[in-house]
Amino acid sequence: MAAAKSRPAKNGDSKPVILELDKISKRFGPVIANEDVSLTLRRGDVVALLGENGAGKTTLMNVLFGHYVCEEGEVRVASENGKMVQLTPGSPQASIDAGIGMVHQHFTLAENLTGFENIILGVEPLFGLANKRREARKKIEDLMESSGLGVDLDIRVSSLTVGEKQRVEILKALFGDTRVLVLDEPTAVLTPQESEGLFETVAKLAAGGLAVIFISHKLHEVLAASHRIVVLRGGKFVGELITADSDKRRIAELMVGHEVPGSKRERIGAGDIVLKFNRANVDGIDDRRSLHDADFEVREKEIVGIAGVTGNGQAALAALISGLVEPDSGTVEFQGKTVTKFTPKIFMNSGIGRIPEDRHHDGVVGSMNVSENLAIENLDDDRFSNNGMLRFAGFRKYAENVIDAYDVRCSGPDAEARLLSGGNMQKLILARVLDTEPKLILANQPTRGLDVGALTEVHKRLLAARERGAGVVLISEDLDELFALADRVVVIHSGNLEDAGEIENLDRASVGLMMAGHSTEAQAS
Amino acid sequence: MIRMEPRAETSRRIAIIAPIAAVVVALVLAAIPLLAAGQNLGEAYGLMFKGAFGSAFSFSETLTRATPLILTGLAAAVAFRAKFWNIGGEGQFYLGALAAVAVGTGAISAPAWILLPLVLIAGAAAGAVGLIGPAYLKTRFNTDEVVTTLLLNFIIILLVQMLLQGALKDPMSLGWPQSEPILDQAILPPLVDRFRVHWGLIVALGAAIAIYIVMRHTVLGFQLRAVGENPHAARHAGISVSGTMLKAAAISGALAGLAGVSEVAGLKGYLTSDISPGFGYAGIVVAMLAGLSPIGVVISSIFIAAIFVGADSMSRAIGVSNYLADLVVALSLLCVLVGGVAARYKFRWMGLKGREV
Amino acid sequence: MEFLEIFLNENFWQAAIRIATPLIFGTLGALICERAGVLNLGIEGIFTAGAMSGWMAVWLGAGLAGGLLTAMIVGAILGLLHGILTVPLGLSQHVSGIGVTMLATSLAYFTYRTTLPDVTSPPRIEAFQPLDIPVLSDLPFLGPALFQHTFMTYLAFFLVFVVAWVLKSTPLGLAIRAVGDNPSSVDSQGMSVYALRIGAIMAGSSLMALGGAFLTMAAFDAFFFGMVNGRGWICIALTVFASWKPRKALLGALLFGAFEAYQVRLQTEVGSFVPGEVFLMAPYILSIVALIIVARSADYPRALLVPWFKGER
Repeated sequence: MAAAKSRPAKNGDSKPVILELDKISKRFGPVIANEDVSLTLRRGDVVALLGENGAGKTTLMNVLFGHYVCEEGEVRVASENGKMVQLTPGSPQASIDAGIGMVHQHFTLAENLTGFENIILGVEPLFGLANKRREARKKIEDLMESSGLGVDLDIRVSSLTVGEKQRVEILKALFGDTRVLVLDEPTAVLTPQESEGLFETVAKLAAGGLAVIFISHKLHEVLAASHRIVVLRGGKFVGELITADSDKRRIAELMVGHEVPGSKRERIGAGDIVLKFNRANVDGIDDRRSLHDADFEVREKEIVGIAGVTGNGQAALAALISGLVEPDSGTVEFQGKTVTKFTPKIFMNSGIGRIPEDRHHDGVVGSMNVSENLAIENLDDDRFSNNGMLRFAGFRKYAENVIDAYDVRCSGPDAEARLLSGGNMQKLILARVLDTEPKLILANQPTRGLDVGALTEVHKRLLAARERGAGVVLISEDLDELFALADRVVVIHSGNLEDAGEIENLDRASVGLMMAGHSTEAQAS
Repeated sequence: MIRMEPRAETSRRIAIIAPIAAVVVALVLAAIPLLAAGQNLGEAYGLMFKGAFGSAFSFSETLTRATPLILTGLAAAVAFRAKFWNIGGEGQFYLGALAAVAVGTGAISAPAWILLPLVLIAGAAAGAVGLIGPAYLKTRFNTDEVVTTLLLNFIIILLVQMLLQGALKDPMSLGWPQSEPILDQAILPPLVDRFRVHWGLIVALGAAIAIYIVMRHTVLGFQLRAVGENPHAARHAGISVSGTMLKAAAISGALAGLAGVSEVAGLKGYLTSDISPGFGYAGIVVAMLAGLSPIGVVISSIFIAAIFVGADSMSRAIGVSNYLADLVVALSLLCVLVGGVAARYKFRWMGLKGREV
Repeated sequence: MEFLEIFLNENFWQAAIRIATPLIFGTLGALICERAGVLNLGIEGIFTAGAMSGWMAVWLGAGLAGGLLTAMIVGAILGLLHGILTVPLGLSQHVSGIGVTMLATSLAYFTYRTTLPDVTSPPRIEAFQPLDIPVLSDLPFLGPALFQHTFMTYLAFFLVFVVAWVLKSTPLGLAIRAVGDNPSSVDSQGMSVYALRIGAIMAGSSLMALGGAFLTMAAFDAFFFGMVNGRGWICIALTVFASWKPRKALLGALLFGAFEAYQVRLQTEVGSFVPGEVFLMAPYILSIVALIIVARSADYPRALLVPWFKGER
């Protein structure tokens, strides 16, 4: 199948091939990250590499870019005379020389340098003087002209917005006479409107002859921006489609491997107010880590979805609900009483359960075992300690129960938490939080990076908690998730909260506009 | 090229072998300057071993030297567990010693069963206070504790020198800057007649057991480990990171202070400003060799003590500088660090071009 | 009145600059390492090793230039060791640095003792002599204060501007600053994070060794045990105080030198009331205060103390 695809002149396509990935296989120990994946790219192609988290998209691109060495298969690029030659494996420099540029999901910019300095980093000889700057600047300005990527090159990257940083990243990738541009989940940090702008840029660049590989797990983007779609699932190639001939449903099935489960949610009447902010302010070091005059409430039996592009104050909101920060002004009421002391301990004891955004960073102590991580929030509990002495029997017994009840797959209570898969680690945290039957649950990006099975499980548990009577604050950047779970949506932008209303009255487009900072009043006028 | 891959489970066997291998490699590496100095390797190391373990007397000397090292080693181990890099064991040692002479040279007159515990408590408290300062600066201003504790070592030793010239100076010392002798009731008596090994050793061993229990079986120990391994997750889970770090600092400083008491009240009987040949710094090596395990600290202190005692004895016999001991100790630290990497990672030879072979 | 008169004394300023010189070398060295993202607590030992090896090379007849070169090579080797331990192996920069200090110190002492087993008074060498700058050194006040120093002091001042220029304006400086902020920025452009970091540590360490060599080859003419006496740690504090900027490091070192020179003179004035140790403590206390005041400015290299492994993002 792959061999057939690498032949030119398929579908009457006669543009020259410039890159071939031929039957790439890459394993990490027992884990198969890529198996037998092939891909052909011609001048001016925009190919979407589609797959769920963990499907092996990023691994494949890291092989292409020389960060990983594949066990089988090879990468070939067109040489100057048009012949396909093998790319030296494991050498990022070889990839750069071959004209492959990559924009990583996490920006690879030095924030203490300017955009210009970031772009010319490594272009000049290391031990020479700064002598090519004038030419370089001319070239970058031409690139900005032809691609429409405008950005101030002479201020420190740390003071650019996320969208601007990405433009610097793309310019950086294009600078080295790039023939193939790889964009890894480029829209993850952008507003829908910024994403639109990016797609226009991509179209413009492709029209100029650049080949683009565009990694995504979002269907609508892939349909909007690509010419062809290559779908990966579980590290394997599962199909290639011409975008113009395909529809969303069919691609989704290919990607997930089975019927996409639509979360069934019944409307239940919300109860009393559990959590209420009155003009609460958190002064962070910038807008992205602040909350301005937030009025906000959550009721029992209600899931409030917080929609917003990552880095718009969600961290401040989550920290406030977790008891990690105090409001600089304004008040927080929990179950009708004004909160006076803000510590995680007091918040947990009064019935607030918190699922942190970053499991590894804030959720578990990786080198401690499963039973210790399950008990860590309740060390004072009689089950776990007695006069300051730990009761290991209690740890173990509790862990065994939970492992069973929540289907946490691990070798037992003594397994180190860091060895758990993302989904199982999240189940562990979920168990720790839900088992205390909290009255309010903060779920911050609870399904990020999870496979469909684990995702469904998390959704089910959150809905069950709501059924039981808990109020849930669900922070998510995934509109699909919000529309599947939330009763009400509040949009967060630059530290401002704005009520979008009941889910029944909302559509994606209007939420997207609000996420980009266009308030409802502005829309009305 | 060589690639490092994390091991799925840290192998227990490697965790035990690594420090032993490190020590062996350190001794081999130290042989290079020994050979360069034109010495006979077998003779030098042989004399060192004999000097440390060759007779009841020499073994008693090794245990005597190990006594403060156990305590400073525990001090480092507790602090390092919480990822609080206390490099100020030397300073806290002197604070403890200072408190011992302040309390034990006549300020209070009481029978031994009151005075001795009082001296121990005073020394521990002084050491604890000496480390709570840097810990507070770290939790409050995020001031690097390594630099503050290091600088405090110099300040405290100057303080000791100042007091030994002034307030604490023994008028009978004929001008030598040393303190008055400790009262008989405040002395940690010898364990065995005519040997120098003293009750400080029992105090140190007791401390090792107590720290083992605290770290393994108490809520505090749990919190301390959690804060050290992942302060963010610990904080999120309701553990006070600053509070835990201050507690770790207090315990760590107290242990180092006890080491100072033990040297003054058990061995020397009075305080001079050169009473410690670097026990605080050596404690870091002791703790690292022990993999921060309290029981391991006992074993590694005896090893480090043997190096020092053996080197002294060898130096007297064949004139090789006893700085060889410091060299072996420093090399042991660096080797055990590398050994720790081997315990956590597998090294895989990737061939010259980076492709696995 | 006599408290202020000290400042009018040209010898005071000369002493201040002399005291500042090793701190300038050391702080520049520490700054280069930290700009690349690695804290180098080996500094105290590297000072000692630089002092001993530079002195010994001269004593063995290598000449002053040979002495400086020897010290720099010794510093670079110790830097390489710290670099290997902290960069590809990713070990704790704190503990590795302490280990390097212990190793370098004991190696220097062992070598010295082994070479000179029986001397009671340390042998002396023909050290750097003050180099009067023509014309300028004849100026009243300024001449003795600024232009009658040894070659090494002039070198230290010159290096401040060289390091500042390299960091700010050359491709190498760009890469060093980038690798200390976000190693992936350098990696993604096809440069080696490991090579850059280790190279920076080696360069920084050889400057530290020059700081040590100044003590035995210019300030004094012999090697003593314990002569470094915490100067390395003070440089670490000065680096923070200087917000990782060479010119501010110069300023910090000069302030420090002035303070020490002042307290030495003050001691002779008021020494009868206050014990000398109080004055000796002052620099260490001052360092701690400087650390607290300036703690973690915005210029903190973001990747400092964070190990980076290839293939992990």
